[in-house]
Amino acid sequence: MKSRYPFYIAIALLIFTGVGIATLRHFELGIPWLSGEERPVWLVEARVDFRANGDPVLVSLNLPDDPPGFHVLSEQAASPGYGFSIVNDKGDRRGEWSIRQANGPQTLYYKAQFIPDPDVQPHPPEQPPEPDTVYWEEPQATAAHEVLALAAEKSSTPESMTRELIKLIRSSDPNQNTALLLAGNDDVDVLVKLLNYADIPARVSEGIMLEDARRRQPLRPFLEIFDGDHWLTFNPQTGEQGLPENVLLWSRNTTSLLDVMGGNQSVVSFAMLRQTVPALQLARAESMKNGLGFLSLYQLPIEEQSMFRMLLLLPLGAMVVVFMRVIVGIRTSGTFMPVLIAVAFLQTSLGPGLVTFITVVALGLLLRGYLSNLNLLLVSRIATLIILVIFMSTAISIVGYQMGFNTGMTVTFFPMVILAWTIERMSILWEEEGPHEVFVQGGGSLLVAVLAYLAMSLPIAGHLTFNFPELHLIILAVILLMGQYTGYKLSELRRFHPMQEYD
Amino acid sequence: MRWISPASLSRRGMLNMNRRNVDYIARYNDRSAYPLVDNKLKTKLVAEEYDVATPALRQVVSQQHQISHFRERVAGLNGFAIKPAKGSGGKGIMVITRREDDSFIKASGAAVSLRHLERHLSNILAGLYSLGGSPDVAIVEDLIQCSSTLTDYSFQGVPDIRIIVFRGYPVMAMLRLATRASDGKANLHQGAIGVGIDIATGRSLNAVQFNRPVKMHPDTGLALEHIQIEDWHTMLVMASRCYEATGLGYMGADLVLDQHDGPTLLELNARPGLAIQMANGKGLLPRLKYIESLKRTHLTPEARVEYAMSVFSHAGNLSAPRRTTKRQPAFA
Repeated sequence: MKSRYPFYIAIALLIFTGVGIATLRHFELGIPWLSGEERPVWLVEARVDFRANGDPVLVSLNLPDDPPGFHVLSEQAASPGYGFSIVNDKGDRRGEWSIRQANGPQTLYYKAQFIPDPDVQPHPPEQPPEPDTVYWEEPQATAAHEVLALAAEKSSTPESMTRELIKLIRSSDPNQNTALLLAGNDDVDVLVKLLNYADIPARVSEGIMLEDARRRQPLRPFLEIFDGDHWLTFNPQTGEQGLPENVLLWSRNTTSLLDVMGGNQSVVSFAMLRQTVPALQLARAESMKNGLGFLSLYQLPIEEQSMFRMLLLLPLGAMVVVFMRVIVGIRTSGTFMPVLIAVAFLQTSLGPGLVTFITVVALGLLLRGYLSNLNLLLVSRIATLIILVIFMSTAISIVGYQMGFNTGMTVTFFPMVILAWTIERMSILWEEEGPHEVFVQGGGSLLVAVLAYLAMSLPIAGHLTFNFPELHLIILAVILLMGQYTGYKLSELRRFHPMQEYD
Repeated sequence: MRWISPASLSRRGMLNMNRRNVDYIARYNDRSAYPLVDNKLKTKLVAEEYDVATPALRQVVSQQHQISHFRERVAGLNGFAIKPAKGSGGKGIMVITRREDDSFIKASGAAVSLRHLERHLSNILAGLYSLGGSPDVAIVEDLIQCSSTLTDYSFQGVPDIRIIVFRGYPVMAMLRLATRASDGKANLHQGAIGVGIDIATGRSLNAVQFNRPVKMHPDTGLALEHIQIEDWHTMLVMASRCYEATGLGYMGADLVLDQHDGPTLLELNARPGLAIQMANGKGLLPRLKYIESLKRTHLTPEARVEYAMSVFSHAGNLSAPRRTTKRQPAFA
């Protein structure tokens, strides 16, 4: 028999390394063990895509400068081969990427971490801004006069004037004058023009709504007016004054968001992620500006980070499956199907997830019963099932939505191909071994999926797996150890109990 | 719910699933030999080389278009069995015992149409019954005419004998009898009866159905206590030869007793199940450890069978394997 010592030494090393690195990082970087002691930080990433046409390229992107309600913790640009610098051009803060020659599709990233802080207010401008001079042609000039007079009648201050104007412009039943002004023009542009015409300095700012793990978000326009001391923000849709807490004003006081020289088809999109960073680390990072530690995932682009957050939970689910199969001895249909279902449960939450899963599989079994009469080849039968599963999911979503249950729509989180295969396997099982076996294996799979879900949905699990990826070495060690388990499974203690009678 | 303690199981030497996989299958079965047993067509060919009889091969359907010729090619056969070459656990095996006009009569007595058979063939080719769903071929074999002494015990279906062969030594055996519950299939977890067979004598020991001890066959009503397998020695030698044929250290050989051809190999299994222990009322571990402790193994199948029959008697005790090995010459 081979010696098992090297194996156990390797296991011990894995556990030791995992615990060691985690402890080190806890103390050196101050990453807390528990998710409670943290402060939220928004990581926002601007992604510029364009097609370079072989000439020197200069890309200039407007960058946020002391956005109200936030302060910048760190910022960095990622773009292979490009020179990057931040220039300040008369209060217009811009990031500039340059390269001598580039060809084909190019992607540039700029990302910054923002700490929400309601106390941060922008500095008042040194010189009060002057309203822009506005010229109207007839008949717009008369219309503008009329509209302004109407708004002025009901207002006393620049703020109330602005609110009244927004109401007029956004009115569902615009009068002749506003209709004339709006014809062919953007609402917000008309508002700015009108306000400046009324001697109130006004401008358009653009902000992003901060929502966790969103990608490809556009900028939304906000209206800013100067009341003599400060710039005040209005929502041009509702007329609401003040900036919502979850809006980050990205570009203010600028002529353009993005300029690209030497390229075309340029697009800028934003992705964001809510990170949790401990207060201790915040202090450290703010003083050192680079203290996030090289062994962490925070350096990756945000899109990948949200993916890793999910991915890093999978080993935990896999461990649950190994435990349930090797030590407990529960039969499941498809080895790791329960983990995939559990991941879907993470998105749908447990109750609605279970209901939709069982509904889809049950309906699928009914339809599959008909399919088995059609004498189809296996591949086309599975393909048919996939399509049927998609139809059923769509139907469930639509019916659920019409009946007022938004949860119906969460069915889309289930991996359709896995559902189709599950239905196929269950159906074969039903034909060959009878319904009893279907319930045993289906129930077993669901039980394991629910347990894996419960393990993965623990807040502490999400926190530890993402912030201490090295802890996966311990999970690995545990799985390896369970792979060596040659003892009786719990289910075998029951299966073999008739042996008692042979004494 | 009734349970048994791990200590009590381990005192009886019960082999469990995890241990079977790690200590026996992974250690003694070379992966490269798996295709030999996972593919019944290959098993047949290699068994022939080692003088192990298998049912006569009538037809191999390996392409979808060959299905349309199936009808002509089975025209001369009255009964036959369709099997997926890579099927496992008896899945996808269809036994046709006779014909009536246009329809084929299954072992269970149910009549099926030609279309049904063709669809079955097409399912087999698509890999519905094969491990991992890989494309497969269907083989059509002669029907086994089971020896009349055993047929009576089985409710439809052919009774077969599973012999666990460890490093070439037959270590444990059981007779599997189909029941109404198992739909004529000799598959224990589908409800077939397992009857433990004494390696030394070929006589029946205990019987279990659904893991519960039974005294008589629930459908035929026959007592299961005094079954004697004919040609027992030949059967053991054939099972033992499969070790040379495949090189698998731990396997299950499924044999049947044909009325005309005598012992015939149906299939080999590289992952034989554990229920055989329940049928014998004994754990496998002591016997496996006994064979593992042999300093030198016997070279010929005949010698190994002699040895196994002398040491693995049901009544006998395996308490002192090492002493026995010293007393016995390594080469018989």
